[in-house]
Amino acid sequence: MTNGYVNRDRRWHPPSITPDYKTSVARGPRHAPLSFPTTLVEETGPVFGHDMLGERDNDLILNFAKGDGMAIGPRIIVHGQVRDEFGRGVPGALIEVWQANAGGRYRHKKESYLAPLDPNFGGCGRCISDAQGFYEFRTILPGPYPWPNTMNDWRPAHIHFSIFGAGFAQRLITQMYFEGDPLIWHCPIVDTIPTREGIESLVAALDMARTVPMDARAYKFDITLRGRRQTLFENRMEGL
Amino acid sequence: MVQPLSHLKESPSQTAGPYVHIGCTPNFAEIEGVYPQDLGHEMITGDVQGQRIRITGRVIDGTGTPLRDAMIEIWQPDAAGLFNSPAETRGTADPNFTGWGRCASDMTTGEFAFETVKPGAVPFVDGRMQAPHVTLWIVARGINLGLHTRMYFPDEEAANATDPILSRIEHQTRVKTLIGEDKGDGHIHFDIRLQGHNETVFFDI
Repeated sequence: MTNGYVNRDRRWHPPSITPDYKTSVARGPRHAPLSFPTTLVEETGPVFGHDMLGERDNDLILNFAKGDGMAIGPRIIVHGQVRDEFGRGVPGALIEVWQANAGGRYRHKKESYLAPLDPNFGGCGRCISDAQGFYEFRTILPGPYPWPNTMNDWRPAHIHFSIFGAGFAQRLITQMYFEGDPLIWHCPIVDTIPTREGIESLVAALDMARTVPMDARAYKFDITLRGRRQTLFENRMEGL
Repeated sequence: MVQPLSHLKESPSQTAGPYVHIGCTPNFAEIEGVYPQDLGHEMITGDVQGQRIRITGRVIDGTGTPLRDAMIEIWQPDAAGLFNSPAETRGTADPNFTGWGRCASDMTTGEFAFETVKPGAVPFVDGRMQAPHVTLWIVARGINLGLHTRMYFPDEEAANATDPILSRIEHQTRVKTLIGEDKGDGHIHFDIRLQGHNETVFFDI
């Protein structure tokens, strides 16, 4: 028996309906969600082994490239730690990422932006955090792009992240933004997050210390998943 | 003054957007050759124990339109009620069943489908048994925070009647939004309604 996961602070996350992000209006549930403590169902979760990964899964510059080709764009390394709300590293976390190419175009049949596809860029990658929760992957800096919402909305440069922790209760999808991008403060999707502090927690910092000289800049992006309650007494719960 | 707690805040959620398939089901998105197959494509990996079932459904918005860009994940125990997870301490789950599936809704019809087994029952935190169910997690463009819900089984009336979660729902008329529809031959259909008169009960879990 575990002590369960800390409940989600729903005032910290975007609310269900955010009218300035128009699509949420018909898709966000209107009823209040039903709250209950996590059970075994939510405290367990699928496991993904490092043996599942291919050699280039964490290298978006090469994993779709043909022959000697490479994806076009500013070369970057994204790294950080997956930890929980108590600061404990989360080992074995599967991180899946997807992004637009350097021109702001996604490789997707429903995508219609006029920027060209890059024949050497697919836009997906994945990695698994190490024993201390650290992860990294290599990619190109994605471009900003316009999207249909009002007549002139632009997404800041961003990378989508899907993260699995140890329990299904920790399941999370979010987006990473880049330090200094002025579009962050004009985006209705970013603005669904209620606080400036919350938004800033999704902005990766330029990390000169981890930059690879003459090769790739680095950005550091730490991810926080829900915390699992744990006490010194957890092995002798009876009577507590 | 007191010492600061120094706990961290969870990373805020952002919508999965319209191109979630690129990252999570790239082969479905026709980005081939990066991963051998999409994760969660198969839940049954061998000679599995229990009753095989097929779960289909749609995610429907407030105008009655099925979402054609959603991603649905399912998480459940095996036929004996055990999870294929390191966090499972009650026993060892069926090695031929992953318990986790992932499906992009069809780009034309919006339908999702999982080939799985009927799950066994799992206890609630106080030891009472929960009725057999599968957990679903739904993300899509326009959904700001992934939605947790459950599908219970129409042939488990007695267990459903005493389920600790179903009985916690204040408006009991909404319980039916969490029960699948028996289509015969092990096929169960489950539509998820994001809004409207029959809005599905979603969980803060």
